[in-house]
Amino acid sequence: MLLKPSSMPSDEAKYKALVCVSIGQHPQSGRERRADQDGRAVEMGLNLQGRQLVDLSVVHAGQATSPVLRQYAGMGLSCMTVLSQHQGDDALSAMLDYVKDQQADFLLMGTRSETGESSGLLPYLLAEKLGWPLVPRIAEIQSIEKGVAQILLALPRGQRRSVAVSLPFVATVDNAATAARQTAFGPGMRANIEVVESLSAIDQEASEWQFQPAKARSKRMKVVKAKSAADRFKAATAKAAGGGGKVMKNESVEEKANAIFDFLLEEKVIR
Amino acid sequence: MILDWLLPTLIATLILLAGIGAIRRANLWRAGQAEKVDILAGLMAMPKRYLHDLHHVVERDKYMSRTHVATGGGFVLAMVLVVLVHLLEINSQILAWLLLAALVMMFCGAVFVFKRRLNPPSRLSKGPWMRLPKSLLTFSLTFFILTLPAAGILPDSFGLGEMGQILLGLVFGVLVLLSLGEMLFGMTWGGPMKHAFAGALHLAFHRRPERFGGGRSTGLKPADLGGDSHGVAKPEDFKWNQLLGFDACVQCGRCEAMCPAFAAGQPLNPKKLIQDMVVGLAGGTDEKYAGSAYPNVEVGKAVGSPTQVITEGLVSADTLWSCTTCRACVEECPMMIEHVDAIVDMRRFLTLEKGDTPNKGAEILENIIATDNPNGYAPGSRTHWAADQNLSVMKDVKKVDVLFWVSDGAFDMRSQRILRAFVKLLKAAKVDVAILGDEERDSGDVARRLGDDATFQSLAKRNLATLSQYEFNTIVTTDPHAFHCLRNEYQDFDEQGALQEVEVLHHTTFLNRLMEQGKLSVAEFMGGKVTYHDPCYLGRYNGEYESPRALLSGLGIEVAEMERSGYRSRCCGGGGGAPITDIPGERRIADMRMEEVVATGAELVAVGCQQCTAMLEGVVEPRPQVRDIAEIMADQLVEGAA
Ligand code: SF4
Ligand code: SF4
Repeated sequence: MLLKPSSMPSDEAKYKALVCVSIGQHPQSGRERRADQDGRAVEMGLNLQGRQLVDLSVVHAGQATSPVLRQYAGMGLSCMTVLSQHQGDDALSAMLDYVKDQQADFLLMGTRSETGESSGLLPYLLAEKLGWPLVPRIAEIQSIEKGVAQILLALPRGQRRSVAVSLPFVATVDNAATAARQTAFGPGMRANIEVVESLSAIDQEASEWQFQPAKARSKRMKVVKAKSAADRFKAATAKAAGGGGKVMKNESVEEKANAIFDFLLEEKVIR
Repeated sequence: MILDWLLPTLIATLILLAGIGAIRRANLWRAGQAEKVDILAGLMAMPKRYLHDLHHVVERDKYMSRTHVATGGGFVLAMVLVVLVHLLEINSQILAWLLLAALVMMFCGAVFVFKRRLNPPSRLSKGPWMRLPKSLLTFSLTFFILTLPAAGILPDSFGLGEMGQILLGLVFGVLVLLSLGEMLFGMTWGGPMKHAFAGALHLAFHRRPERFGGGRSTGLKPADLGGDSHGVAKPEDFKWNQLLGFDACVQCGRCEAMCPAFAAGQPLNPKKLIQDMVVGLAGGTDEKYAGSAYPNVEVGKAVGSPTQVITEGLVSADTLWSCTTCRACVEECPMMIEHVDAIVDMRRFLTLEKGDTPNKGAEILENIIATDNPNGYAPGSRTHWAADQNLSVMKDVKKVDVLFWVSDGAFDMRSQRILRAFVKLLKAAKVDVAILGDEERDSGDVARRLGDDATFQSLAKRNLATLSQYEFNTIVTTDPHAFHCLRNEYQDFDEQGALQEVEVLHHTTFLNRLMEQGKLSVAEFMGGKVTYHDPCYLGRYNGEYESPRALLSGLGIEVAEMERSGYRSRCCGGGGGAPITDIPGERRIADMRMEEVVATGAELVAVGCQQCTAMLEGVVEPRPQVRDIAEIMADQLVEGAA
């Protein structure tokens, strides 16, 4: 019988996952919120942790006072780390130091941030500096075994591609990943937010940018042929047309099934 | 003779046991959280609350109220006299005769209890409750005979020989044990008579003493934010007097008969819920429950204890989410138990601690947090509906007579028609009115009913801060939910006094006043038969049943009342976040309500709530038209006449 080398942790399968979250922005109100994709990344991390595959830590570079951090924590994190920075500081170097320091096995981030530099350059820069591969737009991490992760990439129109990636890597999480769970006020309030002082480095490039609200693309108007307001209202809120439905409550299962079958024939769904 | 010592011994023993039981039971309640109660004042007020308030509710069922007065009153009187005559053995024929009279009264009552139990309606619990009328009858008969010698009607030893006396003593000893045991022992050790003991104390220590004397107290109590846990996870997290309240339930099932969720086949039955709470506070299982179950849920599997999380074994979360917070159960409960408080308390735990609000719940709450409205619309588009209405905005005018609280109907095409109709009426009556415009936020009603008191409190505080900047005398709104929050729930957070001396009115109340002042004139409505649906948050929550009806009759409409109307109106299914959490049942509540509308033969149902409008219009056609009273009035408005 082989004995485990004593240096190996007893639950050998546990890897260290780091999720990096940002402050999001609601598309309608412009207000700060839990960023959608970052929330999905935390969700992915929590799921892997729930399956005993990883130890999860969540980190944010910015200000520790932001109430949005509590929204992430409310997903069930007992603690979070904040690399303390000033507004306008560059997150890259602080994050880089931290990832190295933590000896993380992989890094999860949103594909795109909702504020700031947008377009999600940070994961690429981090991957480059760390010398790790970048796995873009992932939908799911199916397993991690012997240092290799089986990952589903999200392709357009709901397609998936399965790839095997060996650790360490940086991955960005797509909208197709499982949505973030609800945040709970109590645990969010009580979570421990650990502040790490980090190097302050002003993001020179970004400081020179000018911001302006995006213009909505013009849309072709829908022509409604209705004559009265009530008709228009009906058209706008219309249910599927065809007034003849019928409610079947007491009929036998066969009768109900037949009715559905007939309907499908009638609607030419099946022939 | 044997009875001479046996009877007082039995009585004394049972009283002693009852006393021990009472202490044990009280200790169970004391597991709950502290709550300030004026003990002395409560105890003093108890008789009046019993005779007046409780009976007011029981009165709705004349048969039961008379039966209960005879039985309960007879028993209390008889018990006092039994102690005097048979325990203390005061030798007075007058007392003995009084006792006989009390027992006759009780007997008569008990006969009616018995009759009702011959073929009981499904809402009544069976089990030990079927035994109760027999115990009542036995008690009154046994003591009647035993008192005959003291009244001088029969000779002292019933004129029997020694053997006869022993036999008689044994037989009556058993009868006394059975019947008086039920009355005294059962009262504090969990028998059907427990309702008398716990019920009396519940009246004395009620958490909403304002409800007595015809008052109304419907606003939810604020949750304490920031502790180790929020809301009620375990029975011991309830306030002690809430636990006491659960114990007071008589299992009469009136709440069950009124509950729309139960009728719709959703997994909720308010009576069973309260009984499950009793299981929780006392520990054990629901095996002994003998009434109707939660629809499609088996009885006997629920296990609980004061320190065990309720939703892990005792009550399923779906049960809690089925409630529309319509308050029909509370309104109907003769013991004045507060089901809605308990349900929302438990929802608070699920939402604030577990982040487990079902279906659309999480999304709606997230939207409210990020945009101040449940559907996540841009807060800057809140006033778009009024682009052509030429309304003053508070930020410009600062001071106005009437503030029109628009509520979230602003974002909804259907509700906008109601808003426009109301504005048309306001203008015709030349009311000095303004809206908050984009400064208004959701009232927080939905967040609060979904258990997210943190978000509700944040909204309330921010809304109040906005309101405190302006001067106005009246707030009027077309949304009964916002109306209820502003009127009954905001005061707990109103530190600046923004709503002090401000009258909050529903638009029907306000319009009715305008009509009475002759500021509006309307032509007679000729559109056929009309019925009226009372919104829960207007009627039961705020007692406004009259104004909507007055307005309709002002239009020459004679309301064809539905079977369930006024304080017994049935919910449209839209309250309490129920359409958001959407727990499946066998029917939809809105469909059932529409069936009741159809049963009146009306072609039009008048409502006073945009939520009701949405729910009722969601019923598939053909069905009667659904219109807000403001819309009906605006159509009949005679402009320039007043
Ligand atoms: S408030 Fe209404 S829905 Fe909720 S339990 Fe009571 S009667 Fe049923
Ligand atoms: S809760 Fe009230 S209405 Fe319901 S069964 Fe108990 S006593 Fe009756």
